[in-house]
Amino acid sequence: MKEERIAIQVDDLTVAYNYKPVLWDIDLKIPEGVMMAIVGPNGAGKSTLIKAMLDIVKPIAGNVQVFGKPYHKQRKLVAYVPQKGSVDWDFPTTAIDVVLMGTYGTLGWIKRPGLKEKKAALEALEKVDMLSFKDRQISQLSGGQQQRVFLARALVQNASIYIMDEPFQGVDATTEIAIVNILKELRKDGKTLVVVHHDLQTVPEYFDWVTFLNVEKIATGPIKDIFNDDNLTKTYGINYKVAIR
Amino acid sequence: MGDAQIEIQIIAAVVAAACAIPGVFLVLRKMALISDAISHSILLGIVVGFFITNDLNSPWLILLAAVTGVLTIVMVEMIQRTKLVKEDTAIGLVFPLLFSIGVILISKNANDIHLDVDSVLIGELAFAPFDRFIFDGMDLGPKSLWIMGTILIISVASLLLFFKELKVTTFDPGLAASIGISPLIFHYGLMSVSSVTIVGAFDAVGAILVVALMIAPAATAYLLTTNLKKMIGLAVLFGVTSAISGYWLAHYLDASISGSMTTMLGVIFLITYLFASDKGLIASIYRHKKQKIEVSLIIFLLHLNNHRDEIEARQFIHLQEHFNWTKKYAESVVDLADKNNMIQFEGDLIALTEKGENFTDLTLKYILTNKDDEIEHLKRDFFLFRG
Repeated sequence: MKEERIAIQVDDLTVAYNYKPVLWDIDLKIPEGVMMAIVGPNGAGKSTLIKAMLDIVKPIAGNVQVFGKPYHKQRKLVAYVPQKGSVDWDFPTTAIDVVLMGTYGTLGWIKRPGLKEKKAALEALEKVDMLSFKDRQISQLSGGQQQRVFLARALVQNASIYIMDEPFQGVDATTEIAIVNILKELRKDGKTLVVVHHDLQTVPEYFDWVTFLNVEKIATGPIKDIFNDDNLTKTYGINYKVAIR
Repeated sequence: MGDAQIEIQIIAAVVAAACAIPGVFLVLRKMALISDAISHSILLGIVVGFFITNDLNSPWLILLAAVTGVLTIVMVEMIQRTKLVKEDTAIGLVFPLLFSIGVILISKNANDIHLDVDSVLIGELAFAPFDRFIFDGMDLGPKSLWIMGTILIISVASLLLFFKELKVTTFDPGLAASIGISPLIFHYGLMSVSSVTIVGAFDAVGAILVVALMIAPAATAYLLTTNLKKMIGLAVLFGVTSAISGYWLAHYLDASISGSMTTMLGVIFLITYLFASDKGLIASIYRHKKQKIEVSLIIFLLHLNNHRDEIEARQFIHLQEHFNWTKKYAESVVDLADKNNMIQFEGDLIALTEKGENFTDLTLKYILTNKDDEIEHLKRDFFLFRG
């Protein structure tokens, strides 16, 4: 086996809101090229963990490295898809404009997206099957279409690591399949995917790695090794089968 | 028109334009009330600045007032972070405190300060042309025009330089942070520009009306466009229009200029709210009416489809009885179906045409799956499918 690179390494990470820890001493190594789900009950700190990886939330202890360097030096290697519900979809803008925001990071100050960026945005919209909606105001899109636009925005960043916060939340079945297919394609291209995921039933079907999280890290590793009753119980409590419904 | 009249209008227009630009972002960030807080609490900064410099026109006043404005935001956020109260309550706690300290300071030293509470609240544009900017013996125009002009230039320049950053930090601060555009910096940047703008406009329109100049043009523009650039352009246009028409309203009524300007802002908003083609009240009443009759149309078509072999069910009189529709309503539903060639008449019986059957199938599928790929073409003719 060739030696694997570590895409994201989290060491002794503790995050607290008002001195109440929401993540407690997390150690995590995410190998390059895996498609990893982060699962855990509500309030387990899943979103906080990825926000800490992205340097959006400042930890009170510990640190995160992306391909061996601090995040702020590796921004261009990482694309982030926030929760759909975290933005105001009544914002006066169109689908393609949202996708273009994915190019802002590489553009630098003052510069506006040009022809090259527009072309990339159109290609990304095409990939998520949203090209015909490119000029539509974003509030006029369905939940699934909005999520596709978000995904297109991440695609346009052309990153090595894709970090997503519940990309399947509130989307229809067709969109879910379409998104999974795109994610699998990304993985085939050697990209690393880290996805906060809610639906335990689809974890083995969609992903090949999993991290169980409940304020502390319960377990992390390949699905086939660690996706079992023992870890599910440790994460969700004895009644996890009831809890996940 | 005298020189003073023209100057007042130019000052009013510049104030309105300068307020409208940050106003758009405050509205989109749901921070409209913050402008109210800033506009009141800066009074403290102005008064303290006056005590230090003894000059009402010192640039230090503007700077100190702007600092008080930003301080207001910081205090609101600190109180909010305790999670004991929500943002609106925190705002309600902070600005009256700072404002009232300012009021006490003015009233205690009323004899020394050329500032009174009335003009603090509603401003006095009419006096603006009397305060000239004299340089080297040359009259360069009203001082307030220079101050507001500078502020407007700062506003426009920051907008041009940081448009995409302002846009992304407003729409999606999470993404912005992840690509290295700090939402915090732009938050405080916007707060600083807003504070400086409010301080500048304060003299002309006072603490209460400046809020209207920031919020109303943006709110009006929001009803009319789905494009951020257009929204900013329209907001400036509405602000300037209200300022100038407000001036003339005041002229004819022989009343307060700032009051008339704000009234015009209200009038323009009201007209827009009534007549806006998409989000307006009349459009929305019309749309609801249409949607109601379209739902009835679908019920009617489905009924025809389900009972195609029952003669009784296809009679017009049956519709009234079974659907409990009035004759007039039933007629308008049948008319709508007929106009779209979805039904045909066989004597007094009604039957679906081929088009009607297709439409019924598609609609049924849409209702069951909620997938709108196949009904895209129907969105033009039917409001119901537009979501």
